[in-house]
Amino acid sequence: MSDHITEIVVFTILFLAVSGMGFVAARWHRPDNLASLDEWGLGGRKFGSWVTWFLVGGDLYTAYTFVAVPALLFGAGAMGFFALPYTIVMYPLVFLVLIRLWSVSHVHGMVTPADFVRARFGSPTLALLIAITGLMATMPYIALQLVGIEAVLKTMGVTGDLPLIIAFAILAAYTYQSGLRAPALIAFVKDALIYLVIIVAIIYIPARLGGWGSIFDAAKAKFDASPAPGDGIVLNPNNQLQYVTLALGSALALFLYPHSVTGVLAARSRGVVKRNMSALPAYSLLLGLIALLGYMAIAAGIKPITANGKADANTVVPLLFDKMFPDWFAGVAYAAVGIGALVPAAIMSIAAANLFTRNIYKEYIKRDATDAQEAAVSKIASLVVKIGAVLVILLIDPQFSIDLQLIGGVIILQTLPSVGLGLYTRWFHRSGLIAGWAAGMAAGVLMLYNVANPATSHAHFGGSAFPLAKLGLDTKMTIYAGFLALAVNLVVAVAGTLLARAGKVADGVDATRPSDYVADEGDPRVHEIELSGSH
Amino acid sequence: MTTPPSDERPARSDRSPWNWLLLVPIVIPLVPALYNSDEPRLLGFPLFYWLQLAFIILGVTATTIVYQVGKKRSGR
Repeated sequence: MSDHITEIVVFTILFLAVSGMGFVAARWHRPDNLASLDEWGLGGRKFGSWVTWFLVGGDLYTAYTFVAVPALLFGAGAMGFFALPYTIVMYPLVFLVLIRLWSVSHVHGMVTPADFVRARFGSPTLALLIAITGLMATMPYIALQLVGIEAVLKTMGVTGDLPLIIAFAILAAYTYQSGLRAPALIAFVKDALIYLVIIVAIIYIPARLGGWGSIFDAAKAKFDASPAPGDGIVLNPNNQLQYVTLALGSALALFLYPHSVTGVLAARSRGVVKRNMSALPAYSLLLGLIALLGYMAIAAGIKPITANGKADANTVVPLLFDKMFPDWFAGVAYAAVGIGALVPAAIMSIAAANLFTRNIYKEYIKRDATDAQEAAVSKIASLVVKIGAVLVILLIDPQFSIDLQLIGGVIILQTLPSVGLGLYTRWFHRSGLIAGWAAGMAAGVLMLYNVANPATSHAHFGGSAFPLAKLGLDTKMTIYAGFLALAVNLVVAVAGTLLARAGKVADGVDATRPSDYVADEGDPRVHEIELSGSH
Repeated sequence: MTTPPSDERPARSDRSPWNWLLLVPIVIPLVPALYNSDEPRLLGFPLFYWLQLAFIILGVTATTIVYQVGKKRSGR
């Protein structure tokens, strides 16, 4: 431990300084009171372009991404690079959709995706299903942020559970006090640190390793020598379909996560959302370069830390920093990863808490809850969510969280027909959507259960690459399980809608109007809600 | 309330032929045949990596154009 003392000191100082910012964030553009969901959970709904850029960026590109994506390239090669096309296609894909969501949410004072579904399809049942799906998908995601911090602590030789518990206790305390303002303010520091570390890394490390050409050659040599059939620095005929469907499926899923929606709804106007859709790809560049840290680790001869006979691939990036950088700068890099975990963990827990408050507490427990009661319940729910995440990581094998997160991506995709398509069309019948959701969930989980991964000696939940051979097709090709599950969902939703219409089953009432979907800042109806919502 | 119901106000619309431009950065990065090769290399990067990184420019260009055109059309 003693040879990491400089790293530990730098890490601790930066971590504590940033936590202090989290506490004072409550005073930033301080409203009369924080006692409403609009204020605590959406930062007053008036973030401009810059804040939104940092907030959504800090939200989507998490510490886990920074650690896990390079680990994927380290282990499997080109397949792990799917993260780049994923974030490239995402923004044009959701550009027009998110501004409709922004408008309708502001006219009707909606805070969560389930709020929208409730109003659009007039079905509390469907809204509850959407809310539960969101909660189930978000919880393991929060737990995974801890895996990022854990990988850094492990590399510094810090062992035991206490440091992790302290880090999360600090996070819980300032989120409780400052709400969405805390991660919004911290996101500035997080991004500044991460950009600094990555720019230094992509100039300094290749220079020490003999240039980019030799880094890629070292990776190629490793994959050529390995017996695994699917790896390599380019794709092979069997994993191209997986690469494309995983990129597209992940892009479709990302803005269905409640925490991404929270970031978007906190924007001041449609213009802010649109401007961000064209500015956020700057992070994709960052992500693409971060991914290549995995190959640098190969070229630098990094061997992941093994515990209980299992190699922890998530430690390759921290180990690379440890080996390549001077101690003090490695400390800065670790702080960037650690702080990078705090921002999304805070936003995710706020989003999960909002879901619980709006779609379970207010809908089923206390219908006449006041704004102040809603905010109070949300604050406590955010604490419960975080304690749950810590317990999951400490008591259960972290692998369990990784499996759950894998399932999370597949199940959140099953809300696409109700939320994503619902923003464009009211054609679907609520019964059809419920049936489609159930079918998609069942198909998705069943497929993931049947994915084995010999490399990690997993018989089930070994990854998201579902072999088409299991469907009786004579091929070695694999496809993203979530994509296939979504197809099942859509087919059942369409069939269910036609059946319900033919059987004249009562449909819900649509509380939204076409003009709601294009309303913007300054429109009387948008203003009305803000006034009644926060004062 | 003296404000007129918003239905009577001139309808705003998101429709524009320029929106089709968004399809370009959605489709191109999802065609591996375009980039799934080691050669030619650029600054040591295999085609697979440098071309996909270059697709970011495609995404930024398309979203920026659609945003700017939309802003002009709505007169703000």
